Amino acid sequence: MRGRLSSRPRALVMTASPATPPERSAARWFAAGMADFVSLPAFILMAAFTGFGGLAHASGVTLAQAVAMSGLIWALPSMVVLVGAIKAGTPILATAIAVSLSAVRLMPMAMSLMPIVRDEKTPKWLLYWISHFIAVTAWVFGMTKLPGLPRPARAPYFLGFCMTLTGVNMGVTAVSWLAAASLPPVAAAALVLLTPLYFILSLWRAAERAPTDRMALVIGMAVTPVAHHLSPEFTLLITGLVGGTIAFFLGRALERRRAPSREATAASDLPADLGGDER
Amino acid sequence: MSGLSFDALDSWWWPWVFILAAGWLANDMWRFLGVAFSGRLTEESPVFAYVRAVATALVAGVIGTLVLFPTGDLAATGVGLRVAAVAIGFAAFKMARQHIFVGVAAGEMAFAVGWWAGF
Repeated sequence: MRGRLSSRPRALVMTASPATPPERSAARWFAAGMADFVSLPAFILMAAFTGFGGLAHASGVTLAQAVAMSGLIWALPSMVVLVGAIKAGTPILATAIAVSLSAVRLMPMAMSLMPIVRDEKTPKWLLYWISHFIAVTAWVFGMTKLPGLPRPARAPYFLGFCMTLTGVNMGVTAVSWLAAASLPPVAAAALVLLTPLYFILSLWRAAERAPTDRMALVIGMAVTPVAHHLSPEFTLLITGLVGGTIAFFLGRALERRRAPSREATAASDLPADLGGDER
Repeated sequence: MSGLSFDALDSWWWPWVFILAAGWLANDMWRFLGVAFSGRLTEESPVFAYVRAVATALVAGVIGTLVLFPTGDLAATGVGLRVAAVAIGFAAFKMARQHIFVGVAAGEMAFAVGWWAGF
């Protein structure tokens, strides 16, 4: 298995020309990853986490719980679904199903990034630890930056970037939660409005070449009032399953009528998200 | 099982069990499965396409709920103002060649102006 895995990423490295000598220590690479945290995509993500702090506060989630969610879950869509379910009084099992459904996209991301991050000597437990930090921003960063680095540098460099990104955003969550408690009503309301605005725009852009995902976004919003009328507690689950199923079959029908080569993949549409192409 | 919501039990540990099970585990199991299966499954399979559509619609449900049925300070505003702010944000986003920051800023500004204008 190892042989098959290490032969594949070779192709991805083709144009790699290490800008720095490979004999740097792991600690130095970790520090280099930390320094590269300062970037536009990281800044955009921090703005989104500001919205989450406000949302958590407005939903009755405590400060400690909000910060723990940022660190433990580390995927904004899942966090927003979780907080939404908490606010709606959704039972734990239905909440777990809804959050799991919103998190499945992490699996192909982890699958595609691991062959790039790993070195022959990287222990398995370290790969699982690294995988916890995979979400859209870190995934795009890893897919674009790591192939240009020598293999032993990749895991420490990527961890340095990811752990800084997660740590800073736990801080952002705390600050915005505290700020929401003392803001005037208009500012607190505007802070909560950040989340829907940010998600509509970033999902719309991420689905640039995936008509199915765009339809899921539009149909999902259209289904929401109906689902809310049927059952306020299960609104998210109903919307996701009904809206997603309709969008999937409409998307398939549409693909069949168009050229078959235009099929979009997770790998091709994700880098467009979160300003990943703006560096 | 049906009644066990976040506020169902009056104990300090229940919310944390809720967050760990429905939050942490529900997410990291996919990341860990991704590590275990790395290099074996393709992400172009119809299963992933379906799951992505459901996930997107789920988040769309969150967006719709926040705009149409909010709580807290946002609930004090009219539904027309909230929908208009999001629509203006989206229009600005499209005009600025899909720049997320421009869209978010325009939507927020429209919301603030509308609030003070008394909508």
